[in-house]
Amino acid sequence: MQAAPGPRAPNDERGAMSEQVTGAQSLVRALESAGVEEIFGIPGGAILPAYDPLYDSQRLRHILVRHEQGAGHAAQGYAAATGRTGVCIATSGPGATNLVTPIADAYMDSVPMVAITGQVASHAIGTDAFQEADIRGITMPITKHNFLVTDPDDIPRTIAEAFHLASTGRPGPVLVDISKDALQGQTTFVWPTELHLPGYRPVTRPHAKQVREAAKLMLQARRPVLYVGGGVIRARASAQLRELAELTGIPVVTTLMARGAFPDSHPQHLGMPGMHGTVAAVAGLQRSDLIISLGARFDDRVTGNLDSFAPHAKVIHADIDPAEIGKNRAVDVPIVGDCREVIADLVAMLRQEHDNGESGDYEAWVQFLAGVKAKYPLGYDEPADGSLSPQYVIERLGAIAGPEAVYASGVGQHQMWAAQFVQYENPNTWINSGGAGTMGYAVPAAMGAKVGRPDATVWAIDGDGCFQMTNQELATCTLEGIPIKVAIINNESLGMVRQWQTLFYNERYSNTDLQSKRVPDFVKLAEAYGAVGLACDSPADVDATIQKAMEIDDVPVVVDFRVHRDAMVWPMVAAGTSNDDIKFARDMAPEFDEDDL
Amino acid sequence: MSKHTLSVLVEDKPGVLARIAGLFSRRGFNIESLAVGPTEQPEISRMTIVVNVQDSPLEQVTKQLNKLVEVIKIVELDDHAAVVRELLLVKVKADADTRGQVLEIVQLFKAKVVDVATDAITIQITGNQGKIEDFLRILEPFGIRELVQSGVVAVGRGGRSISDRTVRPVPVPAPAAAPAG
Repeated sequence: MQAAPGPRAPNDERGAMSEQVTGAQSLVRALESAGVEEIFGIPGGAILPAYDPLYDSQRLRHILVRHEQGAGHAAQGYAAATGRTGVCIATSGPGATNLVTPIADAYMDSVPMVAITGQVASHAIGTDAFQEADIRGITMPITKHNFLVTDPDDIPRTIAEAFHLASTGRPGPVLVDISKDALQGQTTFVWPTELHLPGYRPVTRPHAKQVREAAKLMLQARRPVLYVGGGVIRARASAQLRELAELTGIPVVTTLMARGAFPDSHPQHLGMPGMHGTVAAVAGLQRSDLIISLGARFDDRVTGNLDSFAPHAKVIHADIDPAEIGKNRAVDVPIVGDCREVIADLVAMLRQEHDNGESGDYEAWVQFLAGVKAKYPLGYDEPADGSLSPQYVIERLGAIAGPEAVYASGVGQHQMWAAQFVQYENPNTWINSGGAGTMGYAVPAAMGAKVGRPDATVWAIDGDGCFQMTNQELATCTLEGIPIKVAIINNESLGMVRQWQTLFYNERYSNTDLQSKRVPDFVKLAEAYGAVGLACDSPADVDATIQKAMEIDDVPVVVDFRVHRDAMVWPMVAAGTSNDDIKFARDMAPEFDEDDL
Repeated sequence: MSKHTLSVLVEDKPGVLARIAGLFSRRGFNIESLAVGPTEQPEISRMTIVVNVQDSPLEQVTKQLNKLVEVIKIVELDDHAAVVRELLLVKVKADADTRGQVLEIVQLFKAKVVDVATDAITIQITGNQGKIEDFLRILEPFGIRELVQSGVVAVGRGGRSISDRTVRPVPVPAPAAAPAG
């Protein structure tokens, strides 16, 4: 939910609005009324009228980025770090199409975001005009909803609707396409007092009967697992989750989108499940007799082959989106509702049961999983030749920057290591592209996160491949005073693809060699952007380099960590296989004694 | 695979048809027919969609449709509890020898002749899908030149209406006040 400012509507706000204004002025006023404080964008022909009143706005800070994709990912990072709705703005045609990737990304990860695009004048729509693109049509499948505005009178209502849709129910990206003549036309600004969306009815209050059924199953189960997804972060339900976990003693797994929803240091935490999850988390789900899914969607990266996923488990599926319930896995107790309310209701119900002397008996299960966790911890091999291990770099970074920092990552091996080897203790401290897996996400998202949380230390953990996609936003960071820190895990490769080529394509490394230890010189590149550039290629220098980066707070810092190329991400459940076939090292599978559960 | 007839109330806004068609396409749901038109309420249109799916994908179809902001209500209309109709215009070969037999069939099915040529007759028939299918099967041997079928439309039996429900608007947070200083 968007943290909107308090409901004070001073009379002068509404009284002053009966004057004639342009659509552009109305747009700026509407954004201010919606509580927006920061916008990321790039102007252009069609959106130009909006930039004039924007220049005078005292309440809106517009950050001029270097690529609209950067604006979009920045809006995402801002939203992921703060829980507020991120806002980006671009012109028509190519400006708008450059937002498509971040919009699709936000759609996959349920990020609250409003994208505003200029459009050619309404009489020119459909004529292949200069910089015309049917962005509404293009983004229809990847937005929660979108609008085309051609009448300036519609602007305030549409903006109010857009923010409402983006931030309520299952959050998501909403696009508002505004034609140039709508921006230039005359209108009166009227902020709506109510919204008319007859087809939009998110259910947030869970049904008491369903909660009761769920509590019953939880008490009867012998091997339950709390399967926690990104919805718990969006619902701001970490405190409630902790209460539920500690009340019941049930082990917890946190998905890639939920890292930080439950503290990594907590003894009940089994780790991250899925394709590169811990053995304990994967085994926990596979062998459970009850999966309590909270704000998660049984994504294929977590389930592996669906036919053999958690074959003995009943499923309680709590989600705010009814379409997710039963989509991939049949459900025994569906609960539609906001995660925070569902968990709070479950806690209340279970407390009552406990008071009546009823409680679950999971002792043997908890012991079994503790044994698995101890026997198969996350780990890595130090490279034999003394070169730098990427996992070591990330581990040290997490330890030195600490759990109060915010970590944004790109996509690939470094992303998996960042999810595994940094200890997350708080929600909204881990930001990544999960569903879409967009390379180039890290730097602009870190930028957005830092803008949203200027007092936090923000580290982007990026790959050398990813970094070359969006690093131009370092210019924005330097010039706008957004001192992010970037750790490039430079193995001069498209590492994850290379790993698959090692394992499944006979080490035939087709087009995964980026040669980024040669070109570009990341240190010089950083300096060219006004950032401090550091390099590190030996384990002995890692701590000192990170400390040095931590001390710089006025400009961005980029550290080129030149790491061992053949490091692999383990454990691994290969695509299309069963979670039973998890490997914790090459060709090495965990052994479970058939007597233990 | 089974057929299901869904009656969907949607806001009459530009692009709604494209949204629904796009949803079906990207989720891999099979549309057999689609008819859309206005309702007794202004600003609300009604789509009648016949989908061909198995039962659990039908639940997904309905849930995904409900996610669309402009979709107001979805009702499944089955053949027993609804009146289901389709309109067919068919041009069938009919010369002096066969015209009589064709006209007999027209009468039997309570269809209407809407156009006559020396070697063909155009027939209009309305009815449920079973009746239409039977009609076509009987006409087949004569030689069908051209066939135009509207989508299926359906309405529930009894006195109640699909749109029986008042819709309450959602309050908007008052405009954010300017920060002090």
